[in-house]
Amino acid sequence: MMKKDVHETYAGMVWRRFKRHRAGFACLILLLAIAAAAVLAPVLAPFDPDQINPAFSQAPGGPYLLGTDQMGRDVFSRLLYGTRVSLTVGVLSTLLATSIGVVLGLTAGYFGGWADMVIMRVTDMIMSFPYIMLILVAGVIFRPGMWMIILILGFIDWPGVARLVRGEVLSLREKDFIHSAEIAGMSRRYILFSEILPNCFAPILIFATGVMAISILDEASLSFLGMGIQPPQASLGNMLNGAQSISVLTGMPWLWVAPGVMIILLVVCTNFVGDALRDAMDPNTSW
Amino acid sequence: MQDSHILLSVRDLTKHYPAEGNGFFHRNNEFIHAVDHVSFDLREGETLGLVGESGCGKSTTGRLVVGMEKPDGGSILYEGQELAGMSRKELSSIRTLLQMIFQDSYQSLNPRKRVLDILADPMVFHGIVSRADAPRRVGELLQLVGLPADAADRYPHEFSGGQRQRISIARALSLNPRLIVCDEPVSALDVSIQAQILNLMKDLQDRLGVAYLFIAHGLGAVHYISDRIAVMYLGEIVELGEGQEVFRHPLHPYAQALIGAVPAADPDRRPDDASILKGEAGDAVHVGEGCRFAARCPFAADQCLREHPVLTDFGNGHLAACWRAARGHECEPGI
Repeated sequence: MMKKDVHETYAGMVWRRFKRHRAGFACLILLLAIAAAAVLAPVLAPFDPDQINPAFSQAPGGPYLLGTDQMGRDVFSRLLYGTRVSLTVGVLSTLLATSIGVVLGLTAGYFGGWADMVIMRVTDMIMSFPYIMLILVAGVIFRPGMWMIILILGFIDWPGVARLVRGEVLSLREKDFIHSAEIAGMSRRYILFSEILPNCFAPILIFATGVMAISILDEASLSFLGMGIQPPQASLGNMLNGAQSISVLTGMPWLWVAPGVMIILLVVCTNFVGDALRDAMDPNTSW
Repeated sequence: MQDSHILLSVRDLTKHYPAEGNGFFHRNNEFIHAVDHVSFDLREGETLGLVGESGCGKSTTGRLVVGMEKPDGGSILYEGQELAGMSRKELSSIRTLLQMIFQDSYQSLNPRKRVLDILADPMVFHGIVSRADAPRRVGELLQLVGLPADAADRYPHEFSGGQRQRISIARALSLNPRLIVCDEPVSALDVSIQAQILNLMKDLQDRLGVAYLFIAHGLGAVHYISDRIAVMYLGEIVELGEGQEVFRHPLHPYAQALIGAVPAADPDRRPDDASILKGEAGDAVHVGEGCRFAARCPFAADQCLREHPVLTDFGNGHLAACWRAARGHECEPGI
């Protein structure tokens, strides 16, 4: 018999279940707050991030909320702008990687044959390269900069998505509701985009949160190694790059603690949100 | 019933699957004889029950009929039109007339769609109703299968198994088909719900004149709903006839064993020895020359091991493929 008197949409159910995952929900709020701060950076930042102030290497205090770096730039302002860059890179490269992966995964899984063969071999190839080497080589070939990093990460992160989507499609193809659509004579396009794709949405979204966390980390690593966002533009990675020496590490913790904590927050929160989504979207549990 | 129009005519339908070990580096020429020279007719508005144990090819036969699989041989004539060699495009116009209901009602409905869309999309796609008119038609269909009109706004997981099977039936009916292949539609349901669904199907057949190819592994449901029954064993039809006739006077020892296995509400009744099947189901790869049932048959004679029996008419359209029956021994039902 009907389970509930008040029935809800799928999105409504996911949201209700998501809210029950306390850590995930808290992380979502925190992420939104950080994102809002990053978007509003021009309003919130007390100084221009590249402006050289008269106080060099000053500890937090006074007008400099998180102190200043060796060149006298305000760390708090740079943190806001750096977070903005990191989030932009994370979100856009994830969107790019996911779009490529979804299109190729759907093609490989549904049409099979040589299309599947070619796409999967390319996927294997990209996945078998040492990840950081590939990014570094690409960083050397192409002129570094934010848009370049977004493209590089986007074109390197899609194989995981493609494999995931292909696997989902292969298992969905054997489900009776797909057979039923085929028997009803529905077009391939309808089956692919109206029957199969909506059922891949949950795993794709969950996987994408992981890709985003990794993209943020990759941008930080790349910028830390000097191959990413180029100074003076601030990013969380190249702020850490300025704190490589022992004297800075021990003597001026305000230079690296803030960007370091921000990276950790972004990555941990993204992963927790993914975790909560996984629980909320799993059709096999009902509560 | 005897004179009515033949809707579907299946002749020598054959489907072989490569046996395992047929890989890139290792080829062999062994095949699983999933469906082997199966022939039957299905008349308009009639129910043909297809029974047999797991792996006998009954489901594959159903999948071949609706075009989910391509046959390796034989013909499927629907209203005189050959379906076996048709392309996907050609089939799509006929497919609306040939629908299917599956065993697992949960898997057969898209979990992300509301019932309204599940039922409306195929009708709109084939131009049976306009998008604007679809909700009204969906309401009619839901009423037809005994569901409330507000079921249209719900998702499949909000229904019980029996209700989901009603939605499946409504979807199959939505395209106004002449024939519905039912692949074990009630096997996954509680016994009380089974009866409701079977009654609904019978009722719909009376009202709409739709024909069923009803596939099941047990004789209980099949006996209740079928006008005629075909018994399959290892890819072949071994007995075919009017439901009552097959049930009362089974000719093939395998059919006799199946009927003997139907539980009866009589504590004194014990199945006799002959009706209890011994041994494993045979090997569909090495089918040999003789009768495929010979290895398990309590009456197997020399001839059964050497020669393959052919489906022979024993009168009144009651066919069986058995040498013993051909010699004039009628099997008693296993009581």
